[in-house]
Amino acid sequence: MRRALLIIVPYCWLLALFLIPFAIVFKISLSDIAIAIPPYTPTLDFDAGWQGLKNFAKALDFENFLFLTTDALYWKAYLSSLRIALISTLLTLLIGYPIAYGMANAPDHWRPTLIMLVILPFWTSFLIRVYSWMGILSTEGYLNQFLIGIGIISDPLAILNTNTAVYIGIVYTYLPFMILPIYSILERLDGSLLEAAEDLGCSRISAFWLITVPLSRNGIIAGCFLVFIPVIGEFVIPSLLGGSNTLMIGKVLWEEFFNNRDWPVASAVAVILLLILIVPIILFQRNEQRQREAES
Amino acid sequence: MSDLKFEPWNDPKAVPLISFRNVTKRFGDFIAIDNQTFDIFEHEFFALLGPSGCGKTTMMRMLAGFETPTEGKISLAGQDIAPIPPNKRAVNMMFQSYALFPHLTVWNNIAFGLKREGMAPDAIDARVAEMLKLTRMEKFASRKPHQISGGQKQRVALARSLAKAPKLLLLDEPLGALDAKLRQETQFELVDIQEKTGTTFIIVTHDQEEAMTVATRVAVMDHGQIIQADTPDRIYEMPNSVYVADFIGDVTIIKGRVSPSDDGYEIHHAEGLPPLFAKSNLSLKNGTGAYLAIRPEKISIAAEQPSSARNAIKGAIQDIAYLGNLSTYHVELPNGTIVKAQATNNRRLANRPFTWEDEVWLSWTDTAAVLLDH
Amino acid sequence: MKHLTWFSATSLALGFAFLYLPMIILVIYSFNASKLVTVWAGFSTRWYGELIQNEAFLDAAWVTIRVAVASSTLATILGTMAAYTLVRAGRFTGRTLFSGMIYAPLVMPEVITGLSLLLLFIGIGLDRGIFTIILAHTTFSMCFVSVVVSARLVAFDRSLEEAAMDLGCAPMEAFRFVTLPIIAPAVISGWLLAFTLSLDDLVIASFTAGPSATTLPIKIWSSIRLGVSPEINALSTILIGIVTVGVISASLISKRGAIRRQNEEQAALRA
Repeated sequence: MRRALLIIVPYCWLLALFLIPFAIVFKISLSDIAIAIPPYTPTLDFDAGWQGLKNFAKALDFENFLFLTTDALYWKAYLSSLRIALISTLLTLLIGYPIAYGMANAPDHWRPTLIMLVILPFWTSFLIRVYSWMGILSTEGYLNQFLIGIGIISDPLAILNTNTAVYIGIVYTYLPFMILPIYSILERLDGSLLEAAEDLGCSRISAFWLITVPLSRNGIIAGCFLVFIPVIGEFVIPSLLGGSNTLMIGKVLWEEFFNNRDWPVASAVAVILLLILIVPIILFQRNEQRQREAES
Repeated sequence: MSDLKFEPWNDPKAVPLISFRNVTKRFGDFIAIDNQTFDIFEHEFFALLGPSGCGKTTMMRMLAGFETPTEGKISLAGQDIAPIPPNKRAVNMMFQSYALFPHLTVWNNIAFGLKREGMAPDAIDARVAEMLKLTRMEKFASRKPHQISGGQKQRVALARSLAKAPKLLLLDEPLGALDAKLRQETQFELVDIQEKTGTTFIIVTHDQEEAMTVATRVAVMDHGQIIQADTPDRIYEMPNSVYVADFIGDVTIIKGRVSPSDDGYEIHHAEGLPPLFAKSNLSLKNGTGAYLAIRPEKISIAAEQPSSARNAIKGAIQDIAYLGNLSTYHVELPNGTIVKAQATNNRRLANRPFTWEDEVWLSWTDTAAVLLDH
Repeated sequence: MKHLTWFSATSLALGFAFLYLPMIILVIYSFNASKLVTVWAGFSTRWYGELIQNEAFLDAAWVTIRVAVASSTLATILGTMAAYTLVRAGRFTGRTLFSGMIYAPLVMPEVITGLSLLLLFIGIGLDRGIFTIILAHTTFSMCFVSVVVSARLVAFDRSLEEAAMDLGCAPMEAFRFVTLPIIAPAVISGWLLAFTLSLDDLVIASFTAGPSATTLPIKIWSSIRLGVSPEINALSTILIGIVTVGVISASLISKRGAIRRQNEEQAALRA
């Protein structure tokens, strides 16, 4: 009895506040825009019972989704989000892997400090970390002051409000998510495997590619998903660091909702975003499951 | 006669495969290897035996190339190996944990070193097949390491390290992870494989039985030094020190003062008890302290005083360890010393002559005990 | 004994410089006397003074703290229950769905979570305010708590609980007297994680807050959209300072605990 309660409470909470809301988003994505509060007319009326369901089936249309396909803004935003997420995930991996490797190979007594140093920014406000780059990257910012000061450039670089700034912001804020899963695998890597590879004729570098990289695969995959999936829907970074031509779907959704007050279209945008994310989310979960099984 | 025996270490003309010359290895203040000089010959099965921390693993890692000597020189086939990195040495190692690559199949684990050599694919196929056959692992070629048993892992690790036909194979506690029965079987298998391939093996172990079974020579180590390196029978029968006598097998050590007598010494070990006698080549001054080491199986146990034996001593049975095929009696002498004596149980339990508290006579021959000066 | 190779040393140095330089610059310039943020005009604590005078910021901070305390406490209770279920309950109907609902919010874009919760609250006619933010924050942070706690539970030796029951504990007592004290560090770090996630959240709070409640991130957001401001620099420095002191003291406490434990174990070995 008590055991059942233990399951039911969190289960119902998540059903009510996680799953049902998605159903509602889906429902509203099928409704029509109206000038009212809430600013839509429901096409599916639960109160009308069976008759309501029939009316719904009759009036069912995907006009909001059709609208998304007619306006190039939307699919361009989806594609551009995917591209930005992909490139920034690769950049994060390129920067994060050497750091994780360095941490795993540091003397034992350094490691707790190094881990703390990676986690510390993670506890610090995300907003503030993104904000800190605004002062650095702006035209009269610290980076331009520095570069002009040492004479590398004579005219300031325009970095803020470009995609470059968005990449920098993403790599910066998501780096701990890449480092930690890779580190946790590298740290447990049996050193005798590398010695065995060397003993069998590998150089240090080829032992790294043939042994270390394949064995840290699960960490790499986990890190990449932890960056890639949330970045697709990222809103704060493109809004603060990106320019008017930085198209990301999270930003489009926000503007559709708060600026245009078109809730049905915003919901349709969310539904498609969710559909895009379902595959990577399932893959991510499989990877986590596999790793847990491998550990136990 | 002596031509048939494999004893290159007794042949002054034999050229060693490996020679250590005044090799010292320090880690900070800790001396892992203390100024060692010795040789190992081709086709030997050489065992480094000692408790953990005695330096045996360091010795092996220096040969593999994972450590470099602080002082001294190690040469392999006459060539100084210090500048050669591990991946270029004609030495392979079988790791204690086996270190099988978990992401590769058995086949690919064995082929790993061959591929690094740039061997032709056909030749790799043939060589891997040969190794699988040697270790009887043909059926498991496509399994991953987590899909095979501990004994099978051990064989794969052996096949992998032998695949490159190294001049020297290092085995770090190769059987340590196996259970007792499997370990015994595998010991003989190792010897077979060593004879078939003709490779020189160096094995590191803390298990004296394992070292005695497989090795042509056993080196007993302690605190970074080889105390004695000799054939298993000589190590057992003629230990050069109390440490070796005590480390290998069961032994009773009796401490006393010596006085020369005939071609040996009498050992005065306790007030009121007759001295014991042992033949010995040692040259000791009258009255110096020395140790007498006696193996339990060399002592006879009897109810009556034996008439002929020069070493006969009376005591009471304090404990009996029944081991099935034989029993070890712990006999307490009048001065409190405990002497261990062994007797074969050639009769059924009920008919055995001695039990607790019985007064018995222990006796042994003049050559049975070994006199040691340290 | 591992030695740092030049490669590891370089990547660590560059990596940590990248992680910390922006924040260090931010902290330094928060003491800038000038209104022009990028031009250094001497040391001053002027912006801290102005920040303390700013009622709107103080109100928002108070709302944020109340939301964070309430939601992280709720999330810790629910998340620990969920973790216990995930690790211990074995197979039950809907287990896959359950674990899906635990792991999905970890990577779910906040815009989707925020939008969907808002539509739910409007759908059931709940007035938006502090209460709805608490509900929203509890939902997504309980998943983080459950991941942290279940990692600890997986490593937990189950025979300890069995021993407790063998000695006469009812299952709930075994949990209270044996399991909970042992997993307590994970539960505490789960709570801290939920607390910071709540403090930090802009997107979900923006959707679910409504006009009556403004949290600190919402306030910061509306101010920095217009550009860099010295008051925000000062506020950021305060927040960074609190987190730094918190994290460092937490790690010192756990380190001291580990050292004491080690000493005690060594003493026990000698005895």
